[in-house]
Amino acid sequence: MAKVPVQFTLNGSEKAEFIESGTTLLHALRDKIGDTSPKGGCHQGTCGACSVIIDGELRLSCLTLAETCNGADITTTAGLAEGGVLHPLQRAFLDAFATQCGFCTPGMIMAAKVLLDRTPNPSREDVVEALSGNICRCTGYEPIIQAVLTAARANSQSAA
Amino acid sequence: MELRKDYFADVRKDGLNEIGQPRPRLDSPGHVTGQTAYFADRNFPGMLHLKMVRSPHHHARIRSVDTSEAEKHPGVVRVLTAKDVPHNVYTILILIQIGPEDETVLADGKVRWKGEAVVAVLAETERAAQEAAAKVKVDYEVLPAVFDMEEALKPGAPIVNEYHGRNYYLYDSGDCRKVRFGDVEAGFAEADHILEQTYQSSPIEHAPTETTGCIVAPEGNDRFACYTNTQAMFFTLDNASIILQMPGSKLHFVGGTVGGGFGGKVDVIVEPIAILAAKLTGRPVSFIYSREEEMQISSPRAAEKVVIKDGVMKDGRIVARKVTGYTDAGAYSRHSPYGAQKGAAHYPGPYTIPNVWIDTYCVYTNRTPSSAMRGFGVTIGDFALEVQMDKLARLIAMDPLEFRFINAYRDGDMKAHRQLTEGAALIECMQEASRAANWPVADKYMAMSSYRKGA
Repeated sequence: MAKVPVQFTLNGSEKAEFIESGTTLLHALRDKIGDTSPKGGCHQGTCGACSVIIDGELRLSCLTLAETCNGADITTTAGLAEGGVLHPLQRAFLDAFATQCGFCTPGMIMAAKVLLDRTPNPSREDVVEALSGNICRCTGYEPIIQAVLTAARANSQSAA
Repeated sequence: MELRKDYFADVRKDGLNEIGQPRPRLDSPGHVTGQTAYFADRNFPGMLHLKMVRSPHHHARIRSVDTSEAEKHPGVVRVLTAKDVPHNVYTILILIQIGPEDETVLADGKVRWKGEAVVAVLAETERAAQEAAAKVKVDYEVLPAVFDMEEALKPGAPIVNEYHGRNYYLYDSGDCRKVRFGDVEAGFAEADHILEQTYQSSPIEHAPTETTGCIVAPEGNDRFACYTNTQAMFFTLDNASIILQMPGSKLHFVGGTVGGGFGGKVDVIVEPIAILAAKLTGRPVSFIYSREEEMQISSPRAAEKVVIKDGVMKDGRIVARKVTGYTDAGAYSRHSPYGAQKGAAHYPGPYTIPNVWIDTYCVYTNRTPSSAMRGFGVTIGDFALEVQMDKLARLIAMDPLEFRFINAYRDGDMKAHRQLTEGAALIECMQEASRAANWPVADKYMAMSSYRKGA
């Protein structure tokens, strides 16, 4: 199988890899680069556990070919905490008991981050809509929604 | 949340000081930072991928298995069939003396459900394993299959599982699990009303976000590390030990965070074959269900049929209850004989009924083997019982909550299993529910207590 060079920025660091053509970004991140924070739940674009942010857009890494990410700026949940300080969303998920098994959590946090980056003061409906592509089977959606709303309030207070 | 510690404060010691205190979960920091290690987050150099060739038929005799083309496929390292498995016929609950062994690790001579594992293919990449698996040729003679419990129990029905020799599990108490208490026919004779209803359920898939799987790495010295998301570590270890005929000391099981299970990860399906593969190839092996496999192959909650006949008095007392329960085990036992047995224990409900007669059957069909799922054996039973309670209340024109107060078991009551009720709190729960749901009941019920002095 032909290998192709891919270069992108992952959580602020330059990454350069040779990967087999046709490799998904999910596989490249997890198996080549070693960032296992995106999870493979369905590998068919329905569960949202593999969600990452590519150039500001929420994307499913299981449906994104790594070779299409040349020059991209990619963010995963593993890169959110800065200098050991949790991102407000991470803090809120922790405090609001919004994680149970934790498998959907990285994807949920990515979806929530894209929402808050664009809509700092979302309504409950905005949050529900933003998380609608992410399946959770054990925590339950209500604590997750509350965590995102709490993080949004913390954001607006720190901005004020 | 309000905690009513005042209940029974004078009669029961409450030295607990953790309840009501918020405590952060120990694993949450790992979850929110993406650092929690799930089994599949490990990657070993030289890791092989295992893909299973599965039966396309519900019931068929295997005439021949030809793996020669698959073995020649680029990237294939080894192909495993039934003859490679040291102790190929097993059953999970044999560990607690519930037999007979009735399930094959890899099908031998016969398949009994659509999706049953027949041949395991090991290759350098997932893709090569998938492609090679498609090249395995299995010649089947399709046999008549049975998908319905009533059909399976009819004389002359195709025998699903020869290890049982009949389409139901034979308990040491006979054809079914039984509860006998009082004289149920005398109870019906004295009852003002009798209501018999049948309730049925379909199989339910757990659909965990993380699919079932394991990664096995040889540790040297003929010892193997098995990183798995099993929910039943020691069941898995001990069954693997039996299936592989290896002492437990050679098996190093590493569990950890499970990405959703709900009972769906207590079966012993992926680990033994993956350990065998690692042993025979000397290389790390990854066996992870695809989403499609998770939904179609993993054991669901059993389909159940429950027939409940109750005799009730005009004043609200249930005087007789007769229940026949059927649990669809699918083709193999797994945890279903236990589930059906739990049903027998559960059907009296949390109610005091003087005459009870219960039979529960564990039935084999050519469906996906069912197994554990959150309260299996009692969850569907509860659904049926409580719908029945509402219907009974309606029959005698009584408020359904007040009807339950009349029948609720209280300390000192004799249960149908001949055990005295102790530590009951149903009355108090219903009183709280009455307040919380704004569903008022008569004062006499609010004055009741589960606790009886001297009981």
